This record gives sequence, structure tokens and C-alpha cells, in this order.
Amino acid sequence: MADKYTSLVSRGWGRDVAKRLGLPQPVELRRYRPGEAILSGPALLIGSGPAAEAIASALSSWGIEARREGAADAAAPRAADDGARSPKLGAIVLVLDGIERPEDLSAPLLAAGRALRSLAPSGRVITLSRRASTQDEPSLGAARQGVEGALRSLARELRAGATGNGILLAEDVPVDAPSVLGALRFLLSGRSAFVDGQFLTVGTSAGGLPADPDRPLEGKVAVVTGAARNIGAAIAKTLARDGAKVIAVDIPAAGESLAQVANDVRGTALQLDITRRDAGERILEHALGRHGRLDVVVHNAGITRDKLLANMDAAKWDSVIDVNIAAQLRINEALLASEHFGDRAHIVSVSSTSGIAGNRGQTNYAASKAGVIGMVRSTAARLAARGGTANAVAPGFIETEMTARMPFATREVARRLNSLQQGGRPQDVAEAIAFLASDGASGISGNVLRVCGQNWMGQ
Amino acid sequence: MTTLRKAVVVGGNRIPFARANGAYAMTSNQDMLTAALDGLVARYGLQDERIGEVAAGAVLKHSRDFNLTREAVLGSALSPETPAYDVQQACATGLETVLGLCDKIKLGRIDSGVAGGVDSASDAPIVVSEGLRHALLELARAKTAQQKLKALSKIRPRDVAPVAPGTNEPRTGLSMGEHQALTTAQWNISREAQDELALSSHRNLAEAYERGFFDDLMTPYRGLTRDANMRPDTSMEKLGSLKTVFGRQLGDEATMTAGNSTPLTDGASTVLLASEEWAESRDLPILAEVVDGEAAAVDFVHGKDGLLMAPVFAVPRLLGRLGLTFEDIDYFEIHEAFAATVLCHLAAWEDEEFCRERLGLDGAFGKVDRAKLNVNGSSLAAGHPFAATGGRIVAVLAKQLHERGSVGGRPARGLISVCAAGGLGVAAVLEAR
Repeated sequence: MADKYTSLVSRGWGRDVAKRLGLPQPVELRRYRPGEAILSGPALLIGSGPAAEAIASALSSWGIEARREGAADAAAPRAADDGARSPKLGAIVLVLDGIERPEDLSAPLLAAGRALRSLAPSGRVITLSRRASTQDEPSLGAARQGVEGALRSLARELRAGATGNGILLAEDVPVDAPSVLGALRFLLSGRSAFVDGQFLTVGTSAGGLPADPDRPLEGKVAVVTGAARNIGAAIAKTLARDGAKVIAVDIPAAGESLAQVANDVRGTALQLDITRRDAGERILEHALGRHGRLDVVVHNAGITRDKLLANMDAAKWDSVIDVNIAAQLRINEALLASEHFGDRAHIVSVSSTSGIAGNRGQTNYAASKAGVIGMVRSTAARLAARGGTANAVAPGFIETEMTARMPFATREVARRLNSLQQGGRPQDVAEAIAFLASDGASGISGNVLRVCGQNWMGQ
Repeated sequence: MTTLRKAVVVGGNRIPFARANGAYAMTSNQDMLTAALDGLVARYGLQDERIGEVAAGAVLKHSRDFNLTREAVLGSALSPETPAYDVQQACATGLETVLGLCDKIKLGRIDSGVAGGVDSASDAPIVVSEGLRHALLELARAKTAQQKLKALSKIRPRDVAPVAPGTNEPRTGLSMGEHQALTTAQWNISREAQDELALSSHRNLAEAYERGFFDDLMTPYRGLTRDANMRPDTSMEKLGSLKTVFGRQLGDEATMTAGNSTPLTDGASTVLLASEEWAESRDLPILAEVVDGEAAAVDFVHGKDGLLMAPVFAVPRLLGRLGLTFEDIDYFEIHEAFAATVLCHLAAWEDEEFCRERLGLDGAFGKVDRAKLNVNGSSLAAGHPFAATGGRIVAVLAKQLHERGSVGGRPARGLISVCAAGGLGVAAVLEAR
């Protein structure tokens, strides 16, 4: 359900007033439902060469009509001659892997600009380009880094729920590598509704696309911590919807709602305080003993104990560090020590925009959530040898029981401080996690994916 | 004799027990039993599973709950095609559901079963007086206006007062506490010994919580995460300061207080039972084997034995049949209806004369090592929702046995005994797996 303000400015006089006064006009976002088409309309493909051909054929294999830039009807609907309005563009995809100098950005970006007015509500603009590195010639590095600035600014221009995101490819990764296509499909679909202004980096050609795109986690066993409510419960439900057998973990005191979640997703409930020294072993024992394997671990459990640093005491600081990062480190250590975890295993950890941009009164929390980012980067390197990945997802303002308790004005302002001018839903965070937990993202590791509607703070 | 297959305990789940008119004051038996079942389903991933049979019951039961267990199953995440039936054997209900289902598993009639029990002393049935009931029934039979008026005219003002539920023994009119007070005095059980037993019950239960023992035995309910009756910080001084509540006619000799008696409690418990094959085929744990059980009853009406003394007879019969003595038992789970009940049982088994004359043994049956008694606390601390106690004990003992593993090359072994109203008692033996 949309928040009250969004409902008010979505129709009738509310929409007119908001428009005249220049008030934010958030819209209800297009969200994924199993079985639905990936896009509402055709995609405009900008770029040429073998890479663009590969993307064109991927799009059409997904049932998306790929129009090529330069073709007569490409950037359509100028009230076509036959009087029938051609459908608005579902997406604009820019294949920029061949750019060498900053000047090369001109033609494709301007072409995208011309097509922007034809972009449907909740449309997508997606760039595919090479990751800039210190090994690049300076002009090449400038061109590649330029894509990021252009895309992030373009994303801020988009309205009506449309988003702009990019895929960065490491030097030797072909454009049709499984995780490039996996990321493209994720970013085009309603699964990425609240992901905006972000880049996913594909580092390797590892992984494979699922036989059934609606069940990418079929046959997998996934652990979700903090699963009793809010974002954790949404993660459990989303992983189960995607085919995983879910082990829902939460502290014993949260057992009542944990049991409900476990029963809803046809999984098992494991009442466990993750700060116990043997938490990792207990998780492994439950997963291997009861389900025979463990493929995915989602570290979602977290707490806040906010205080200005001047007023912070050791109990508040230490408990946040222990639950939010130290416990994850201990559990990962136990997982990595097990021979039963690692073959295509995926760890996804929930960070926070506070850990990236900082937040007044949250030094302890931000330390733990920035710590999560550091942890997944190091863990990614260790898991790489075993074919596994570690990534983080950093939610921005998400509508939960916690944010519902914020004072009205603070909440209203916080909601609007992003390009989509609204709060995200637990589901949006869960979708990003489900993608990173799938083998379609096996080439993506050590990434931090923000699910924040392109919050004004941080990257 | 045919070799029977084995019946095993996979695990258990209960909700925390609440004191009457506490956290579950507005909660029905069906709600609590459903919650306990759903927690069990969640722990063992039994959603949509057709269990062989679910057996449970309640002691204080509304007439509308004629199919309590089946209704709870229908409200749970189990398959709606799971059969269920109610059992009622006073406080032995829970243990009897376990033994009955295990027999069916051993015989091969079912492969899996959920045993359980529930009781609410808060949401107890209140009935109309006999006078009003007879008048209303006559009114229902009446056909003419005149007959109807006649029926109504029989109602007297005193008939209108509702009748609260009683747990008094129908044949003696005495409450269970008053009955126990007589037995307590007969066996010369001291106030101090009773308070000591109560203290260790609270301490043992609190310790079990501290080490996370209940993490996979309990699912919180309605805001309660631990048994509301537990007092980890109680002491001999505090217990010693309480006034006596039963056996007041004994004057200064009275020893039984609210501290060494169980309070009225609300709660529910469940136990997942199975054949070994069923548990293994589902990758479920096996905690313990339910070896055997025995029921006994005493003639308390004529004063031959105390109301709650039946386990004293059930246990020697059961152990005798199995060729065991107290030396072969590593854990004793003796339900603490009252601290004095347990102490009377222990005293009787140590009494040569009693064992010779009443149990027909050569001498004293044996001494229970107090270090092996109710090591994870019992009803004095946890509370005692009548029919839910058996399931609580079976799950706790099964887990304790499993953690212990083996003793001197044989599986660790535990004994359960539960006394019940009507002079009933049921005992069981479990072995570690």
C-alpha cells in the first residue's frame, strides 16, 4: 500500500495541486509478481557491435521487444501515423562497453536523452560499461568513470517511478556472462523497484541462469537471521517464493512470530541468539541435519541503540557491535571452516545507508554497518576460491514498524529525500537479497547494493 | 512374542506457562493448544504434514470443546487430514497421550503422533446450578404455555448464582491440597524439606533457561517468553515467610504454603513422537525412546492411601517389569503437584514396612538420589497447567537424556511419574538415543 501522501498526489485534485506547487509526486512503483512480463513495453537499445547484439538477443529471449537506436520507430510515440499510440518504452539500455574517450559518451547519452520523454512510468535506464581501473589509460579511465556520473545524474532526472542503474564489467568479463544477464534482468524487472542510481559490478563469468526464472533458488537451503518480523520476514518469504527452503532464525524471545513466518514459508524455525559463541555451528548443524545442505546465509538480524557519542555508554556501543557485526563474523568463520559450505554458497549481509553516509546519533550503528561492508569485501575474496560470493545490501528509508514509530514530520521528510520521493518496502530489500543469493549473481561479489531510491546522502 | 518396533521422541514444544488470570487470562484452551502445535510444526517443518494421530486433552474443559484436539489441529499448520482425539485422565492426561500414541506406533498402527495437553484455570467453564439446569431442561420439554410457566416457576433465586469450577474430589469433598496435607502429616514431611525442594525447583529451572536449554523446547506466546511462576531469586527465607494454606486444621503442624504448592496455571505442551523410520526418513532428530509405562490407582476414598500416592505403586510395578531398580535410573522426573507429594513418594519407597506390606516387596524399594531429581526444575517452578504437565516433562527428559547420551556403556535412562486426581498415577521410562 502506498503512503497517504503518495495516494493523495496520485490522482484527482491532489495531483493537480502538487503539480502546480512543484511538490514531490511519488507514484506507486512497479513491483515484481511471479509470471508477469519483465517490462511493460519495448526496450530501446543504444549501442552497436557484438556486445549490443548479445544484449539484443538476450532481451528478445526474455520476450522483450528490443528496438535499435536509429531505427525509424525507435524513440517512439509521436502519435504514430496510423493513429494508434505505440506503447511507451519500458526501458532504455545503453551498451557502452566500447567507449574509449570521454567524447564517446556524447552520442549514446544524447540519444538516451531524446528518448526519456517516451519512458513509461517505472521505466528503466540501464548502462552496461567497463569498470574503471587504475590500469586504464587516463582517457579510458575518464570515459568509464564518466558513465557513473552521467547515470547517477540521469537517475535524478527521472520521474514517475522510473529508475537508472548501471552494470560495471571487469575487463575480461564478456557482456553475455551469466551475472551480466542476471543483473540486467534484475534491474529491468520489478524486483529492483527501489534500487536507483546504483551500479552492480560483475567481476567474473561465474554462475548460471536459472532454468525457471521465477524459481531462481529452487533446491537451495537458505538461512535468514532476524526473520521474525519486518525486513527479515519479507526476506524469508521472498527466498521461499523463489524456491528456497528457508531456515528462519531469531532470538528465542521472538519465537511466536518466528514460528508464524516459518509456517508461512513452509520452512523451519530455529530459535537462536546469534551472539552465542556457537551460533555458527548450531546453524550448520540444523541446516545439514534437517535439510542436508546450506547454500545461502542472509545476515539480517540487527539492533539499534542510538545515542549521541557524547552520551554513549559501553553497553549500548558493545551490544550493537556484537549483534550487528561481531556475530556475523563469528558465524561466517564457522561457515568457512565447514567443508559443506562454499560450493556456490552466497552470503548476503544487511548493511545500511547510515554505514555509508553516517547518521547523527548512530556512531555505534554506523560503525557496525560500515563494518559489514568491510566484512563482505574481505569475505568475498575468501569465498571466491570456493565459488561462493559475499555481498551487502544497504537499505535506505524502508517502511517498517520501526519507521512507523518515527514522529510524523521527520518520517514525512525522510521518505521524500530520495529520487523516488517515497519510502521503500521490506519487499524491495528482500528482492535485492534474493537476487544476490542466486546463482545468477555468482559473478557479483564484494558489492554493496543500496536499496534506497537514490537517497540524497552518500553514493 | 512379536518384537514390537520402537517409539521415539523427536522433540517437543510448549508455550511458557502463565499464572492463572495472568498473560493468558483471555486465552482459550483451543488457542493455547493451537499455538503449541504451530510452534512444533515450525520447529520440525511439519507444515501440511499428515501426522498419524494427534492426542491431547484438558482437565478443565468447556462442553463446547468436545473435539478440542481436532479443532486445534484444524487451526494449525498441520494437514487438515490429520486425525485427532481427546484424552482426559486428570493431571496424567499429558503422559497418557504420550503412552497411548507410543503404543500405536509400536504396533505399527501409526508412524507418527503428536501428544499434548492444555489447561486454562483462567478461562474455566462456569456452569449453572443444578436447580436452574433442571428447570431449563423441563422448560425445553414443555409444550404448552402452562407447562412452560410451571417449569419457570421452579427456579429459585439461589439457583441463579453460577457454579464456579471445582477441583475438589467428588467423593470426599476435599481439595487436593487438603488431601495432600493429610498425607504430608502422615509421612511427617517437614516444612523445611518442602521449601528446600521448591527452592531447588526454581533454581534448576532458572539454570536451564540460562544455558538455553529451552531454546528448542518452547515458543513464546502472547508476550510471555518464560514461565511466569518462576522465581529465580527466591530463598529459604522468602519461602519460610509464607503462611500455610493447606491443612489448617493441623494448626501449628501445617506445613504447606503457596511456595511449596503449585499455583493454578495456564499453558499447553506438545511432543512429537514417531517410529525410528519415520523420523529418519524426514531427517528429524531422535532424542529418546519411550520404553514403557504403567498406570496405578489407590483407594483414597476409604483412606487406605493418600490421594496422590498412586505413583508409589506404579513405579515399582513398571521398574519390576523392566528388571530395573533406582540404581539404573539417571534422571528422575517426579511431578511436583506439591513439594510434599514428591517427598511422600520418596519416603514411601524408602520405608521398609510400607514397601513390604503395601507393595509386597522384600524390603524398601530404594532411595532416589536427589542430585538426579527434577534437574531442570519441575511444576513448583514452571507451574502446572494440569493436562500440559506430562508433555512438558517428556520433552524435557528426552532432551536431557539425549544430551547425556550414555552412562557406563548403556543409554542414559529416565523415569517419569505423575500423580493425578481420583487417586491416579502414571509412570514411564525413557532411554537416551
